[in-house]
Amino acid sequence: MHSLTDPQQATIGILGAGKVGTVLARLAIAAGYRVLIASSRPPAAIELTIDVLAHGAEATTATDAAGQADLVILALPLGKAVPLDGHQALPLDELRGKIVIDAMNYWWEVDGVRPDLTGDDVTTSELVAAALPGSRLVKAFNHMGYHDLDEGSRLAGDSDRKAIALSGDDVAANDVVADLIDSLGFDSVDLGPLGEGAVLQPGRQLFGANLTAAEIRDVVEQAAA
Amino acid sequence: MADIEFGLDTFGDIPQTDTGELASHAQAIRHVVAEAVLADQLGIEVFAVGEHHRPEYAISSPETVLAGIATQTERIRLSSGVTVLSSDDPVRVFQRFATVDALSNGRAEVILGRGSFTESFPLFGYDMNDYDTLFEEKIELFSRLLTEQPVSWSGTTRAALHDADVFPKTESGHLSTWVGVGGSPQSVVRTAQYGFPLMLAIIGGSPERFAPYTDLYRRAAEQFGSAAHPIGMHSPGFIARTDDEAKEIFFPHYKVMHDRIGALRGWPPVTRAEFENEVAHGSMYVGSPETVARRMASAIATLGAGRFDLIYSAGTTPMSDRMRAVELYGTEVVPLVRDILA
Repeated sequence: MHSLTDPQQATIGILGAGKVGTVLARLAIAAGYRVLIASSRPPAAIELTIDVLAHGAEATTATDAAGQADLVILALPLGKAVPLDGHQALPLDELRGKIVIDAMNYWWEVDGVRPDLTGDDVTTSELVAAALPGSRLVKAFNHMGYHDLDEGSRLAGDSDRKAIALSGDDVAANDVVADLIDSLGFDSVDLGPLGEGAVLQPGRQLFGANLTAAEIRDVVEQAAA
Repeated sequence: MADIEFGLDTFGDIPQTDTGELASHAQAIRHVVAEAVLADQLGIEVFAVGEHHRPEYAISSPETVLAGIATQTERIRLSSGVTVLSSDDPVRVFQRFATVDALSNGRAEVILGRGSFTESFPLFGYDMNDYDTLFEEKIELFSRLLTEQPVSWSGTTRAALHDADVFPKTESGHLSTWVGVGGSPQSVVRTAQYGFPLMLAIIGGSPERFAPYTDLYRRAAEQFGSAAHPIGMHSPGFIARTDDEAKEIFFPHYKVMHDRIGALRGWPPVTRAEFENEVAHGSMYVGSPETVARRMASAIATLGAGRFDLIYSAGTTPMSDRMRAVELYGTEVVPLVRDILA
């Protein structure tokens, strides 16, 4: 069977070619995946950036990246995935039925002032899930700073190996994403359903966390206590 | 290695006075002028002041402060770090810096940036949702104003210009202009597209991590057929007699500022361990002159940088400690770095 996370077989699609998107592309290339990456601009406009910052990844359109990929990572501005004006930048048809990883956070610099994205009662990933009908959404890679991601990849068993916390409502999808995280050089901690990912968001206990799996579990326990 | 230029950079943080009280905004500004005068006497090449619109920082109008410095200094170049072009008018920015250039006999320099704070947008009536468009359009207009020829321009972010001639002209015909970039690849490419020198703001993590950005800048310049200048880097730090003294003075003031600004962005408070790690391996140049010089030399060599600007003020660090850091930078750190890289 075609494995979704075997680097020899799987294709990772990354939507967003900024700081986070290019770091994840670099990690995925290093792990051996085929990587397709797209931004809001035409592929030619990001070709040089990708060639330098994530050599080996292919610059393409969002529709093509999402269509070909086994796993799709969203690393674009959150506001574009949950648009106020209804103009959806994401290729919904291509994403339907797929495991989609939400690495996005609310960030005023790019999203503008959006009270709808900063409420306490719902995580932004739940809003993204609602905007992507039929996708199997998993929140991951959002809590670690991009420079820690860039520098932190380690082989399994390394005592300094850091962990990525994830959350999602589809248990099987969470397991696949945990395998992907492992292949990129990090341990994983599954927090459970998407709503549990609140602790990973800006202003919460695990935002910015560059910690081991055991340390992340400690923080989660303390947060729940 | 080519001649490296060394600069100092401040946002006009409100310091403590020697009696432990917070300085007024006016005192803080006068203190920056005094630091710049000392930097000039010590032969430091550049003094840069950054624009903010928050209570912790006294400098919202960099070029006015630079004008004050201009008439009291002889050699030092006078720079912004950065000018938030997105929420300013390119015509006015050019006029104000051309004026500083006149007052300083050609020593003015602009570092343009998108800004990393929200405050200037509502203050000047701009919509954060136009963040990208504002910078794209304004940097294009600014690059045309730099020709010092009449400009015709139209866009969505300011009134159109029809054959508009802008004064004063500079004596050299060229106002030195850089672009400050925090890590957005698109910004690096855009800087190369316009042929501007690139100032990398490296405020966390290992400087090596930015090596691919310098490659991207050079290759983009090649592709656009523009000039690739030596890149500059600017990073925070603090210097005292010993490593321990520098860290003990700096950390509490840095932490208060970091945690206050960080809370606005959802960052957790900074721990002492994180600070120590950043000082040992990251992008905080804190310690004795020798320690700081070694780390600066290593970063400059790694990135092939042609300029290093140290952000020497952070939070409420007392005035006299700041002044001494300026002195140690000029008298000991810069000569040591030059020796190491010679």
